[in-house]
Amino acid sequence: MMLKSLKDSGIGFWRVSEMELVLKNGFVYDPANNINGEKKDIFIKNGKIVESVNRNAKKIDCSGKIVMPGGVEIHSHIAGGKVNSGRILRPEDHFKHVQAKTGLRRGCTGYSTPSTFAVGYLYSQLGYTTAFTGAIPPLTARHTHEELHDIPMLDKSGLVLMGNNWFLLRYLRDKDYERAAVYVAWLLKATRGYAIKIVNPGGGEAWGWGKNVRSIDDPVPHFDITPGEIISGLMEVNELLNLPHSIHVHFNNLGRMGNYTTTIDSLELTRGKKSSHDRQVMQATHLQFHSYGGDSWKTFESRSDEIAKDVNRRDNIAMDTGNLIFGDTTTMTADAPMEYYLASLTKYKWMNRDIELETSPGITPMFYSKKSPISTVQWAVGLELALLIDDPWKVMITTDHPNGGPFINYPTVFAWLMSSKYREETMTGLNSAVEKKAILATIDRELDFNEIAIGTRAAQAKSLGLQETKGHLGAGADADIAVYDINPEVIDPSRDYKAIEKSFRMAAYTIKDGKILVRDGEIVKVVDGKTLYVNAEVGEELKKDVMKDIEYNFKRFYSVNLNNYPVQELYLTNPTAINIETKLE
Amino acid sequence: MPMKDILLKPLDQPVYTLEAEVVKPDDFAGKSIEEILELEVYYGNRVGKLRDFFDVSGEAPDNPEELRIVIDGDISRIKRIGQKMKAGEIFVKGSAGMYVGALMEGGKITVEGNVDSFSGMMMRGGEIYIKGDAGEYLGCTYRGDRLGMRGGIIIVEGNSGMETGQFLNGGKIIIKGNTGAFTGVHMKKGMIVVDGKAGVRTGGQMTGGAIVVKGEIESLLPGFDLDKRVENPSIENEPFNGSFDKYSGDSAEKGAKGSLYVKI
Repeated sequence: MMLKSLKDSGIGFWRVSEMELVLKNGFVYDPANNINGEKKDIFIKNGKIVESVNRNAKKIDCSGKIVMPGGVEIHSHIAGGKVNSGRILRPEDHFKHVQAKTGLRRGCTGYSTPSTFAVGYLYSQLGYTTAFTGAIPPLTARHTHEELHDIPMLDKSGLVLMGNNWFLLRYLRDKDYERAAVYVAWLLKATRGYAIKIVNPGGGEAWGWGKNVRSIDDPVPHFDITPGEIISGLMEVNELLNLPHSIHVHFNNLGRMGNYTTTIDSLELTRGKKSSHDRQVMQATHLQFHSYGGDSWKTFESRSDEIAKDVNRRDNIAMDTGNLIFGDTTTMTADAPMEYYLASLTKYKWMNRDIELETSPGITPMFYSKKSPISTVQWAVGLELALLIDDPWKVMITTDHPNGGPFINYPTVFAWLMSSKYREETMTGLNSAVEKKAILATIDRELDFNEIAIGTRAAQAKSLGLQETKGHLGAGADADIAVYDINPEVIDPSRDYKAIEKSFRMAAYTIKDGKILVRDGEIVKVVDGKTLYVNAEVGEELKKDVMKDIEYNFKRFYSVNLNNYPVQELYLTNPTAINIETKLE
Repeated sequence: MPMKDILLKPLDQPVYTLEAEVVKPDDFAGKSIEEILELEVYYGNRVGKLRDFFDVSGEAPDNPEELRIVIDGDISRIKRIGQKMKAGEIFVKGSAGMYVGALMEGGKITVEGNVDSFSGMMMRGGEIYIKGDAGEYLGCTYRGDRLGMRGGIIIVEGNSGMETGQFLNGGKIIIKGNTGAFTGVHMKKGMIVVDGKAGVRTGGQMTGGAIVVKGEIESLLPGFDLDKRVENPSIENEPFNGSFDKYSGDSAEKGAKGSLYVKI
């Protein structure tokens, strides 16, 4: 099956090279190239955007429509061990949401835990063309890639969990950043992953002893290291390796009341840190879950003002929101103690797993109720952060799918952010806590299309170090384009928020590598995307030394043989290595 | 209301179980016999027609409330009869398969023989009357969900299997015979009446509602405390004759307010 898909893709590429396309007269929003709603033609040749094409190229009339780069998802749990375990835990989620197959696409099930094929189709219908899965436990990387393999329509990759890894905890404790960097380079290649993900640093390891860490200065049991040292150390390692993305951090104390101080302490770790190239040094992920004040459920409140103030005064960090959607969803993180705590509150089913030396994920279903004082404040916090942080290039809009809510609800989030009237209308049906414990009602700011384009594609591409080929429409970019049936001259998003929501839900066209995949919200072509992975070259001598340590500890602790650990390229659809020259000779 | 009958005569029993959720008055109403014969059923991985499995005769009125479907024979290998049914009647002269009246919202289903598991699953209203025995998971929830049957009534003349009324969240289940293990497990609201014996772990993790056992309980869970002895009690607004021991529980769950009545 895998060999076949490789071959297929080769044929596909050949056909694309003959294809020329013009998107005529659309209102183009291309923030990376400072194009803000100008009427402009976009030319496509060989799956790339070019300056001009032949006169007889195929034309698509985009007049009265918005043209944006294809959406880039930076953090969404779409594949991997816990996504699949989530599916197993929630048969009812699949029972209630079923889509019959058509001649073109397969049958799909699931809402908060959609089937692999559904993930690709649904993202494509929203105009997204690239997606990164939020967390790959290294030991289940093979499984993750088997799932990614089955996600069509998207270029994809994932973030590799390293915040509780025994090797790294030891190297970082000894301040041996060089060895740590060599190990990270090896692990990224072995898992075919893209970036360093840190989840509840130290907390996952402490959970092995039934404990957790409560601040960035809490010692991790048996490792003589603190969460703060893990984050700083991996930041150091990331820049040493010159990786395309920065470290991607899920801070300690997720979802706890009063956790905003931990968040600010963690953000403070970036002080004075310089990035190896033009991007942040830390991606603070799903910050909504980390911006709470209060010390009991009664005093639970939004502290997004403090967090936004902190983010505003730093120029070397970026964040994504983790917005909340009311209704049913499934929470899944590599933060097992948090999931246990959540399940003990909801008294609902949960599961967790010990991934040997690496991490410990947990899963539990969640219902975000409009009547709950907690959920309504959480909802407000997500929107407040996006509205209070001044620089749109720092704000990426996500729902941390499926933790804040399923990604298919993105259009609703866009509409909320673009219309204060819509926010007010939603707020009237909510628990009154939203007025007393959150500040959303006092914010008038409304995002425009340019800011939405930044927060859904351009900023992501920049943060991931993909700004050459993704997230913009200049010559040389991949021809990944989304066209939405919105006329910005006629539609005022502030008033016509329902129209905005509807049009963003069904892309008029989704074009990937120059091929039309979606027309009027319907899938018209199914393709396999590329799988990106980072190949960071380090000196042979250094590598040999670290491999000795890896081999020794694999024999001692792992349940698998070292030879069975690395994922072969064969598991990837259209494997695309991003080769990095590091400073480690 | 005068009822008009549509008669379904089963042909040979299918080798694989057949999924026939179209067999309900809502789908038959206003259709000609020819149209009814063309309705789609799922047979293994193939889509079949109702005509492959039934002879159909009679006349279907426009209003499903005036329609009664009479199935003249044994359909124990046919599943989902009356699934999502809203009105009218179904009368089965033999036994029926799994999922009889699942997600049902109204109307009445009568089965003269037995029904298989998952009958009345997540039922919201209407009535299911079973003269024989019921399988496991009568009036339960779908796997993984925590809201089971929410309304309506199920009456079983015979026995029922395990996890009868699992996650019950409203409505009433009456078993004239005995029930299997885990009767009313996780139940929140509604009532289960067992005339005969109730199996082990009856009422486990229940947080509300009432279970009435007129026979005996195979073993009482330790989470139930004896509240008091009551004479001719009124339970969920329904009078019962005789003396009952009233237990409350299951105290394994925080704040549980379920009641379990056992006749003495």
